[in-house]
Amino acid sequence: MENRVTEEPTPEAAVTERAERSANADVLLDLRNISLSFGGVKALSNISFDILTGEIRAIIGPNGAGKSSMLNVINGFYHPQEGEIWFDGKLRGPMKPYQIARQGIARTFQNIALFRGMSTLDNLMTGRITHMHAGIFWQALWKGRAEREELAHRERVERIIDFLEIQSIRKTPVGRLPYGLQKRVELGRALAADSKLLLLDEPMAGMNIEEKEDMCRFILDVHDQFGTTIALIEHDMSVVMDIADRVVVLDYGKKIGDGYPDEIRSNQDVIDAYLGVAHD
Amino acid sequence: MFYREAGDFKTSYVDDQQTFPIRFDRWGVRVLLLVAFLVVPFLINDYWEKSILIPFLVWSLAALGLNILTGYCGLVSLGTGGFMAVGAYASYKIMTAFPEVNIFFVILLSGGVTALVGILFGLPSLRIKGFYLAVATLAAQFFLIWLFNKAPWFYNYSASGQITVPERSVFGIVVTGPEAASWATYLFCLVFVVLFAFVARNLTRGRLGRSWMAIRDMDIAAEIIGVPPLQAKLSAFAVSSFYIGLAGALFFSVYLGAIEPTEAFNIDKSFLVLFMIIIGGLGSIFGSFVGAAFMVLLPVLFKNIMVGGFGWPTDMVQHFIFVLVGGLIMFFLIVEPHGLAQLWRVTKEKLRLWPFPH
Amino acid sequence: MSPVVLNTIEVILNGLMTGVMYSLVALGFVLIFKASGIFNYAQGVLALFAALTLVGFQTGQVPFAHVINATFGTDYHHWGEGMNTVLAILLTMAVMVLLAWLVERLVLRHLVNQEPIILFMATIGLAFFLEGLGDLMWGANIKVLDVGLPSGGSFWWEDVTRTWAAEGTEYWGMYIDVLDVWAAGIAVVLVVVLTLFSQYTETGRALRAVADDHQAALTVGISLRTIWVVVWSIAGFVALVAGIMWGAKSGVQFSLSLIALKALPVLILGGFTSIPGAIVGGLIIGVGEKLFEFAIGPMIGGATENWFAYVLALFFLMFRPQGLFGERIIERV
Ligand SMILES: Nc1ncnc2c1ncn2[C@@H]1O[C@H](COP(=O)(O)OP(=O)(O)OP(=O)(O)O)[C@@H](O)[C@H]1O
Ligand SMILES: [Mg+2]
Repeated sequence: MENRVTEEPTPEAAVTERAERSANADVLLDLRNISLSFGGVKALSNISFDILTGEIRAIIGPNGAGKSSMLNVINGFYHPQEGEIWFDGKLRGPMKPYQIARQGIARTFQNIALFRGMSTLDNLMTGRITHMHAGIFWQALWKGRAEREELAHRERVERIIDFLEIQSIRKTPVGRLPYGLQKRVELGRALAADSKLLLLDEPMAGMNIEEKEDMCRFILDVHDQFGTTIALIEHDMSVVMDIADRVVVLDYGKKIGDGYPDEIRSNQDVIDAYLGVAHD
Repeated sequence: MFYREAGDFKTSYVDDQQTFPIRFDRWGVRVLLLVAFLVVPFLINDYWEKSILIPFLVWSLAALGLNILTGYCGLVSLGTGGFMAVGAYASYKIMTAFPEVNIFFVILLSGGVTALVGILFGLPSLRIKGFYLAVATLAAQFFLIWLFNKAPWFYNYSASGQITVPERSVFGIVVTGPEAASWATYLFCLVFVVLFAFVARNLTRGRLGRSWMAIRDMDIAAEIIGVPPLQAKLSAFAVSSFYIGLAGALFFSVYLGAIEPTEAFNIDKSFLVLFMIIIGGLGSIFGSFVGAAFMVLLPVLFKNIMVGGFGWPTDMVQHFIFVLVGGLIMFFLIVEPHGLAQLWRVTKEKLRLWPFPH
Repeated sequence: MSPVVLNTIEVILNGLMTGVMYSLVALGFVLIFKASGIFNYAQGVLALFAALTLVGFQTGQVPFAHVINATFGTDYHHWGEGMNTVLAILLTMAVMVLLAWLVERLVLRHLVNQEPIILFMATIGLAFFLEGLGDLMWGANIKVLDVGLPSGGSFWWEDVTRTWAAEGTEYWGMYIDVLDVWAAGIAVVLVVVLTLFSQYTETGRALRAVADDHQAALTVGISLRTIWVVVWSIAGFVALVAGIMWGAKSGVQFSLSLIALKALPVLILGGFTSIPGAIVGGLIIGVGEKLFEFAIGPMIGGATENWFAYVLALFFLMFRPQGLFGERIIERV
């Protein structure tokens, strides 16, 4: 793989690099010149980066930098005014979020967005919804395809439950669980989707050291065992530097850095952004 | 240790995914069904049929329907009365236009027609939520009732504007009209209720039910993880209206026999069913039955006590029941938003531990 | 002018008058919604309850007389000749304040942080409770409410408008109820008073602070509970005014609480948080349903007022889910 630089490449170099990369089947998601604004607020301006199959890609940046908005663009909740999104080698047309989920993008949310009235098990089963197809008639009778499907997916979900060590809360309504466990269940729900790309929005926010370590381990295990491609937003730099393969840095909706962790660590723009040097 | 769920180990997910995973419940339901099908028909008389059992069965279906929409999918509807009217008028039109169709299928078809109307009025739910939607469903309530009043086609141009059920039978046994025997009408309704309670249980614990609850609990997240909101909401409206349509059709053809829409299906009916599911338990099949039983029995009970005992006039008892029900609604929403069904669950838990608390 | 045009004008005028009544109920909704985020379904029943209580005081009825008589075989009716209207209004107001306090104490306090739809359903329960209570206290018969406002058609207006008709046409002048004009006037005064109250009094400012931001209001030490009692009292006052107007017009009876239902589509049009919205919404619905009934009603069997407001609101929601004056709803994750 060629050595990527953190400064903006020259236009010609960028073009050839892009061409090379799109030809390369390794790119799972390619974002090109994404711009998104809400009324006057420019949440993202002209952002391009890519995510390679099998890597852990971190997105970092100060508060309000546009990280969550970026994820919302990726899974189709926000529609950027400009730019192209290439997923799995194809240019993505206008699509609804649930269609994008079906294509194989799953995610967790910054503020836990579990289905509070449902049990852990049902939350995870809902995570598999894109894989279930039995018609309403068979569901009504709980026979044939519907029953087979429920069983097969139940087994898959039980594997995830074992993996995340949440067997004991299988039947508990998630609204009653403590915060840390809820975060874990939410990860489980995203894992249940068996997606090609997993988006994690601050999976460790608000956790204590121990919980963070557990979560890190889960993320790395997922990555190793299932080979899932992961895009991750995280504020804790040490975590990011530890587990990310590559990092993209946003600030005020602009991309100010993109590269391997050690490059980012020494990037002056990034350091300035985190130290709060005035922008011009 | 009256009630056991421990010691009832599941060795496979098949066991865990039965309709009633706990053995005690399974037996309870079996006994109940046996009594309902084999004992009650021999004991039933006209009073029990007309004032308790048939209303209970019919309202249970309606409550199941509204609970699917409101309790499971989180969409509050005040249009239940209107949708019941659709079921009633659909059954009347089908019965009179195709006299050869068996009444059993007439009722099913009426549910189907109501489901279609439900989908139509459910369309706004894609854009609006909460009480905005509740108000939008009022449009269904008032418009539909008006329509059945004003368009003579619906009541076959009868001079009174009423509709009256023709006599129909199943296996040669009359189930509608004045000639129908108590046990026959009872069993006819019971079959529908048991059949569709079973269906509701299955639907709510499978993919469809989970997508409804996902929409209820957090609609945006649901869509992002792959629940199609259009399909989920409209299917909730369709299934819910189907049940309510069944209830309306039975209410007209088996229970009342002759109706006039403004009286039979006014907005009070919408509230009645809403109260049933709040008191019984939002998002609970069992709760729908408990709520229906409660709201059917309460007036009967108080009429007996107060009219019989204190000599109150009936309309005063009616107002007293308003106070009582209104109070209970507030009470339940404050103390136990999951209704009587949850109280029952808690009691079961206590029973399980009895006589050793903790 | 041709009689058709004149008739149309008359329909519009009457629609405006009806609209004022809707606005009055909607106003109570908006006040409570702004201060507490509660969609108070019971607002219409509050109006009914207030009117019943007022008549009860005025005529000197014994509360719960029917219940007592039925139970103990006694024969109570009235405790005297009744009382002076002003005193009765003041006493009724006191009852409404007491009611507000009880509602806060017994219901709202226990439902803070619940979802709006749960609160909404709780107020439906409250509506049934109050409706039953009102009937038990004062009897369910239709009552005449007379607070001394003039009523009946205005002859002066009839004469004036008759001269507007074109030569040679048969036109007998427009009918307009003086009471409606009074109602409109009182509604205007009410809105002005409320506005002044919220601008220039301590309590009013506190109310606005709460409406703007609950958290902030709490941190500067405004007691939310007091605010709720105050705002429900004000809503009770608005309900009383609406109850008087409506009761004077068509008698105090159950149908009064059905206006509450009509206020719902009004709110959808006007938005839940805007007082001008409530007024404009009420007028649009009032005029809309009267015009529709006048122009289209006869062709499709009439009585379209039963549903017009709701169907209008439904269509409206399809295009502007946030209402006429509401802000766009932004959803985030
Ligand atoms: N739906 C929206 N409407 C209006 N503005 C929005 C919306 N979503 C995001 N924004 C704005 O876009 C900018 C970026 O927000 P975003 O949530 O993406 O930041 P973030 O990097 O995730 O920050 P944090 O670290 O606090 O989570 C902010 O200024 C935010 O106010
Ligand atoms: Mg964020």
